[in-house]
Amino acid sequence: MITFDHVTKMYSSNVGLDDVSVKIDKGEFVFLVGPSGAGKSTFIKLMLKDIDVDSGEIYVGDYHVNKLSNRLIPQYRRKVGTVFQDFKLLPKKTAYENIAFAMEVLHKPAKQIRKQVPQILSLVGIADKADKYPSELAGGEQQRVAIARAIVNNPHVLIADEPTGNLDPATAWGIMDLLNQINLRGTTVLMVTHAKDIVNNMDKRIIAIDKGRVIHDSKEAYEGPMEEEDLVKGGGYE
Amino acid sequence: MMGSLFYNIKQAFVQLFRNRGMSAASIFSILAMLLILGLVFIIIVNINLFGEIAKQDYDQVEVFIEEGSSMSDINDVMDKIRRRDGVVDVRYRTEDEALEIMKDRWGENGYMLDSLEENPFPASIVITVDSLDNAAEIAGYAGTFPIIEDVKYYQETVEKLTKITDFLQTACLIVMAFLVIISVIVVSNTIKLTVMARADEIHIMRYVGANNWFIRGPFLVEGILIGLIASILASLAVTFVYKEIVDIIGDQVFAIVSSPLISVRYMATNLSIIFLALGCSIGAWGSIVSMRRFLKA
Repeated sequence: MITFDHVTKMYSSNVGLDDVSVKIDKGEFVFLVGPSGAGKSTFIKLMLKDIDVDSGEIYVGDYHVNKLSNRLIPQYRRKVGTVFQDFKLLPKKTAYENIAFAMEVLHKPAKQIRKQVPQILSLVGIADKADKYPSELAGGEQQRVAIARAIVNNPHVLIADEPTGNLDPATAWGIMDLLNQINLRGTTVLMVTHAKDIVNNMDKRIIAIDKGRVIHDSKEAYEGPMEEEDLVKGGGYE
Repeated sequence: MMGSLFYNIKQAFVQLFRNRGMSAASIFSILAMLLILGLVFIIIVNINLFGEIAKQDYDQVEVFIEEGSSMSDINDVMDKIRRRDGVVDVRYRTEDEALEIMKDRWGENGYMLDSLEENPFPASIVITVDSLDNAAEIAGYAGTFPIIEDVKYYQETVEKLTKITDFLQTACLIVMAFLVIISVIVVSNTIKLTVMARADEIHIMRYVGANNWFIRGPFLVEGILIGLIASILASLAVTFVYKEIVDIIGDQVFAIVSSPLISVRYMATNLSIIFLALGCSIGAWGSIVSMRRFLKA
């Protein structure tokens, strides 16, 4: 499903990824951990083709990502759902509209949009908040909208970049349940996080990166270097 | 596809209204540019007309006949010239006619020619050509007949005139090109501001896999709308001003250079078409230029 084959990416002053080879199968749930500056963001950016590799090959699904032409990038990104720490919702659109927007972008028929958006809203557990604007929603609820938006077009992979970083522990666990549920429906999930207690309590595959190299890749609890920050990072409510 | 066209137009109007300050600024800068352009255009077209009319006065070749030539020889030559391509009219001008013309030209001093004992002017054949380009060739041909003494045509005068009008036209075209570049820069800066205000939205669109034309669409339509509004205003303004100009000084201009001004209707139609095409393309171009940075890869 996702293959990194001897991928190297150097920045002018520091290491991004140094000869990383990783293989993630379809349907897996994988945590990507490590201290900041270790290469997690580089990993994600390479996957989204925000940046290009120096050497090595990246495959995601049917796509040879590092060889993708600019014209095909939009098509590829539709197969990869993304969730961010800061949600990245459109502030002037309601929860419903934010999700519908992701479908409008792909020119989906209005009928299908009207049918699918409520379904996905109830799947992520906020059917009653459809007409609220992001500013009227709690952090966890905003993240649920973002997740709904990421999966509404049935991507092969869901990339979650610190999805619980801005949430309090209880809310964070709710989001983890949701991600787990999405994974059980067959979507491959790759989650970047600092949250040690989440990582070590989910019984999932853990890939740890430090200084651009993979230093841990198993379901065993990971106790190596990680960020100081704990699960709780400020209030989740805005 | 109709859905997305509607989406683009709706978005463009919403954006235009939300950023009405900047939109107005863009509209006025394109408007100003088009007005100057219109002025330059009016000058070019009128110079052109003047040039063409002036050339018409010089579409003649005059060949002078040796004294004492027989009328049958002259008629023979005239027939031969008449058969050439490009010859519109061939006319015989007697010595007396030549003298009368010269008297006319001398005006009040014409009486001085009366004191001449003998008419010094030779008879001539006046050939009217359809185009000045043929004048030299026909003059050359006429010169080959033995009874022809001399050939005169207005090549130099015409060449000078052509040079001046060509120069003025080139100068005006350069001014126009600069104006177009300036307005593209202004419009692209305006739209860049609205693009930057929506950078987050564009970012999100890219992550959910919108292709570049989907993202560009509303901005493109916005740019075209700005250009459209500016060009309509410019057409109205220039038509009005030109009508005033023609009403006020049209007759005087005709009296001075014996060339009329281009009609208001002709000017208004052509300028409106030019303004619309130019305004819309400047708007579209400006918006594409301003978005390039946000859409690479």
